[in-house]
Amino acid sequence: MTKAKALVITGNGTNCETEAAHACRLGGFDEARIAHISELMTGEVSLDDYHFLNLTGGFLDGDDLGSAKAQANRLRYAAVAGSNEPILEQLLRFIGDGKLVLGVCNGFQLLVKMGMLPALGSDYVKQTATLTYNASGRFQDRWCYLKVDASSPSVYTRGIEGGVYLPIRHGEGKFLVDAPETLEAIENKHLACLKYSDANYSAPTMEFPENPNGSTNAIAGICDETGRVMGLMPHPEAFVHRTQHPRWTREELPEEGAGLVFFRNAAQYVKQNL
Amino acid sequence: MPHRIEITLKDEVRDPRGERIKREIEHFLHLSVDQVRTIDVYTVDVPLSSEELEAVAAGPFSDPVIQGYSIDRAAAHGFDWLVEVGFRPGVTDNVGRTAGEAIAYLTGRPLSAGEGVYTSVQYLISGKLSAEVIEKIATGLLCNTLIQRYQVLDAASFRAKGGVATFVPKVQVEAKVEVNTVDLEVSDEELMRISRDGVLALTLDEMKIIQAHYRDAKVRETREKLGLGAQPTDVELEALAQTWSEHCKHKIFSADVEYDDGTGKTEKINSLFKSYIQKTTADVRAALGDKDFCLSVFKDNAGVIRFNDDWSLVFKVETHNSPSALDPYGGALTGIVGVNRDPFGTGKGAKLIFNTDVFCFADPFYEKPLPTRLLHPSRIFEGVVEGVEHGGNKSGIPTVNGSIVFDDRFAGKPLVFCGTAGLMPATVNGEPGHQKRIVPGDLIVMTGGRIGKDGIHGATFSSEELNENSPVSAVQIGDPITQKRMFDFLIRARDKNLYRFITDNGAGGLSSSIGEMSEECGGCQVDLSKAPLKYPGLAPWEILISEAQERMSLAVPPEQIDAFLEMAKRFGVEATVLGTFTDSGIFHMLYGEQTVAYLPLSFLHGGLPPMQIPARWEQPVHPEPTLTPAADYTGDLKGLLSSLNICSKESVVRRYDHEVQGGSVVKPFTGVANDGPSDAAVVRPILDSFEAVVTGHGISPRYSDIDAYHMAANAIDEGLRNYVAVGGSLDLVAGLDNFCWCDPVLSERTPDGPYKMAQLVRANKALYDYCTVFSLPLISGKDSMKNDFYDGTTKISIPPTLLFSVIGKMEDARKAVTMDVKRPGDLVYLIGVTRNELGGSEYLAQKGHVGNSVPKVDAQAALASYRAYHKALNDGLVASCHDLSDGGLAVAAAESAFAGGYGVQLDLGKVAFAGAAAEKSDAVLLFSESASRLLVTVRPEKAAAFEAALAGNVCAKIGEVRGDQSFAVTGLNGAGVVKAQLAELKEAWQAPLREL
Repeated sequence: MTKAKALVITGNGTNCETEAAHACRLGGFDEARIAHISELMTGEVSLDDYHFLNLTGGFLDGDDLGSAKAQANRLRYAAVAGSNEPILEQLLRFIGDGKLVLGVCNGFQLLVKMGMLPALGSDYVKQTATLTYNASGRFQDRWCYLKVDASSPSVYTRGIEGGVYLPIRHGEGKFLVDAPETLEAIENKHLACLKYSDANYSAPTMEFPENPNGSTNAIAGICDETGRVMGLMPHPEAFVHRTQHPRWTREELPEEGAGLVFFRNAAQYVKQNL
Repeated sequence: MPHRIEITLKDEVRDPRGERIKREIEHFLHLSVDQVRTIDVYTVDVPLSSEELEAVAAGPFSDPVIQGYSIDRAAAHGFDWLVEVGFRPGVTDNVGRTAGEAIAYLTGRPLSAGEGVYTSVQYLISGKLSAEVIEKIATGLLCNTLIQRYQVLDAASFRAKGGVATFVPKVQVEAKVEVNTVDLEVSDEELMRISRDGVLALTLDEMKIIQAHYRDAKVRETREKLGLGAQPTDVELEALAQTWSEHCKHKIFSADVEYDDGTGKTEKINSLFKSYIQKTTADVRAALGDKDFCLSVFKDNAGVIRFNDDWSLVFKVETHNSPSALDPYGGALTGIVGVNRDPFGTGKGAKLIFNTDVFCFADPFYEKPLPTRLLHPSRIFEGVVEGVEHGGNKSGIPTVNGSIVFDDRFAGKPLVFCGTAGLMPATVNGEPGHQKRIVPGDLIVMTGGRIGKDGIHGATFSSEELNENSPVSAVQIGDPITQKRMFDFLIRARDKNLYRFITDNGAGGLSSSIGEMSEECGGCQVDLSKAPLKYPGLAPWEILISEAQERMSLAVPPEQIDAFLEMAKRFGVEATVLGTFTDSGIFHMLYGEQTVAYLPLSFLHGGLPPMQIPARWEQPVHPEPTLTPAADYTGDLKGLLSSLNICSKESVVRRYDHEVQGGSVVKPFTGVANDGPSDAAVVRPILDSFEAVVTGHGISPRYSDIDAYHMAANAIDEGLRNYVAVGGSLDLVAGLDNFCWCDPVLSERTPDGPYKMAQLVRANKALYDYCTVFSLPLISGKDSMKNDFYDGTTKISIPPTLLFSVIGKMEDARKAVTMDVKRPGDLVYLIGVTRNELGGSEYLAQKGHVGNSVPKVDAQAALASYRAYHKALNDGLVASCHDLSDGGLAVAAAESAFAGGYGVQLDLGKVAFAGAAAEKSDAVLLFSESASRLLVTVRPEKAAAFEAALAGNVCAKIGEVRGDQSFAVTGLNGAGVVKAQLAELKEAWQAPLREL
């Protein structure tokens, strides 16, 4: 069986690399490497050597030009030392090779702003959606109920029954699309794999604070049509043990946190398919 | 030619920033406007082709899904008034910097010196408003004129002018670098004028000590050999002023104090710091013997204690009050990213694991007139909250604990306490992680941001009261991303052993960091002309004392310098060799070839004799209020729950990421709806271990109005009690003291100096008395002693305030306890004794009184019950626990009930009361703030074991958790004295600050 290798990119304001790598290991990856972006730029680390890419939470470049915008620009134009290949090319090859990409929070913002989500018609460089300022105008740290679309092609949400409860921590999480057709395609293809919902996961909601940012159709996370590239505003890596749950001192909870399934599914997919 | 790129939101897209400004105009200025929309403006002072401009505007600068752009063409339309706000020249513009980097990536050409991008924001306001009102909105809300500039246009002038004229806020300074000398052979008046005009904050005595130094024949002889005159250079005078500033030298805490205790008994105290703070730690450590867990105390940027065999804990709390008074956002942002550098620069360096924040403000709804220079408390509130939000969140450090305290005297100066803890390997490359040294010959290296005129005189200015002429340059704006990049690099450089010593550049800049480092090895030689500058034209003295942010100073062995510089380059971090550490005994500054400062370290660090400060205690007597017994206290309880000091701060706390890094165990909010207020934080810094760090704090400035001794005692007890409540261990726990005082030095402006100094003495005595009993070593701290406002007519002094922060360990995080009641039928216990101690309470404050019966802490009894409680907690006997503080039993029980979502029934007749029977009343039992009390709920089947565990301590069963939604308290005569539904109590508690 393949030795499953996960890569977590950090640097320039990424903040969640340690817990993301921890979640990868707990989820079954044999290796979880934290690489600084400078190590990718110098060519010391190459995406080609890994199966699962984590673009995780933080404030890339301070979100100064809008969340993740400056990093999207950097990855597009800055070439790996000694070659003319921008990181973008490595990324497209990574996706083309059938590998997995998970963008969480700032990583999700990066993916949509590079055009890698929803990537309708397999166009991974045309931006058709965005994540912008929460309707409240405020950063929010709170836990949300996320209803899972069981028909979604997402590799990561497989087997989740009903939904999952995870923290969100962002100021720019309101999901918007460029045109009604984009939204229609996202919905018809079941790409909106996670939606903010009520506590029973019965229906998506537009009500604050259950929907913390006013996202269109209550969308919290989407995947591409292959299900291998996914982005979400909530933080699955922040709930891998019951003591991370806000009510663990009063509820009977399993030892393992509900966010771990995303990483288990990824590891399992790598081991079975790559 | 510079270009303006304007980024607009598409018409159909909501503008949350504009909507928020509209709300704030209504909320704070009581003005009504129809609509506010916003435009981002980039003024690009970089030569770009039109294709490149187009690519920049369409690419990194705008989001095609929601935004449009226009280049050199005004985009604004459909408004009545336009206000454009941008930074003044030289003010840190983080977005502009990132925009410049984005252009460099896109074009493949790095920006040249002098090129840059500058940002501003246009506010498009619709509504029938006069020019006068717009001016008020611009200066009262949109623009802080200290650091920003603004321009107002009405729609007609906007059309006539074709938009806002391009303006490049580039620093234009004449690039003439000069070193001047200062003649000190002048009259006393002239000496004081030199000190005052130069913002040196040196007293006449200090000026005369400097004068005497330069008169010394030996000094003159040496100087002559070096080609220096008999007069000090400006570089020398500035270095001395910085080193000797109250902010850096802590002269008040080192002073000789003559203390009169009010009974005629006097006492001579040589240094409060040595006599109380250091002595506390020394005595606690001696008593701990081989269980001593302190590793590095007082000597480094932060304190270090043991966590386990592999890791050590680092903690520091700082204040950033004066800058936050002038520019709340920038001041607070700099406060938090500044304190981050303290644990990072401790020992060989630490990874930062959490932040704590405590703010003291005046009422944000304050409606009385304020002296002109003071910003309205609501602007301070909003700016500080946002500054700390950006500083903490962007740095990826969870903000796990804090509080907001309100008292209108904080209008004179807000207090902004920022703390940061770190985790350091016990051993780094074979040496203890908390130790570091410098070898003569090591290179002096500065990393991080560049030096500008920002933050000049920060150290000396904060050593004076705030006044009308407080300097603009003292304000800085932090840049968390530049710092994060630097930390990402340095932590890796640490593990590769590329440097020997690290410290932060904070107050006093290079003068302070290199000055202090020089003491390690005995001297330094620095070429100030090598320092990287933001723009040309800084004089050598400005380079030396600038407090430009995001910089660390290091000692790098010559054999490692190439590897160090190469790695810095790879990580995109600027690193510059400025000179060499020596053992010459001299603080030696050059500018190129020319010596510009030559100060013996012995004079720089040891030349200042202690101040002599009188202190005379006089017990204040306040009118003793008579409380008329009432049949029902439900209204009083709701009033307390709605008071600013007690009400929910959730609208602020949710803006702080408290979970990043994944270690959060007890979060700021808990309970059935995640909205009950936790007592303290529990964090697992190592994700595959259940060993946890626990942190809490205590603060009770109001008690200073009665006696600062008991103010301090209560702050210490509250900090420890919060820590103990969630499960912190009493065997590995330490304290940090942060004193914020009003000026206690007798002078014309401060005729009550001896009383304020006596308050300080008494607070220090409490620190020693209580911490030695609690076995709480003090590992670090800070004092800020000039928290007054004075404009010649109005003086506002803050209430003397001690923030007592507590950090320690919990062996197993899975045993942590939260404050929410857990299930119906559980029994309610009150640990600790209740006395008639309403003096200084929130209850009396609500009724307009202070009173005299301040709570007094019985340290021995408290410690015994905390130990017993901790054992019960470890044995799994505790369902919930909440500490009693502001508002007493009634508030604590109400909070636990509505947090848990179950009703609570209490019987005041069962509360253990000590004192005269005549003083026992329902009001006292409900609202007294007697210290050391914990409200605990216990499952009925564990009650016997719990009672046994607490045997020998005061612990009374006073009620039970109910299945319904009512909160009911039975009074001493058997009738109900409080009866309310949980929902109404919770609403009272949540409503006041919900919208802020």
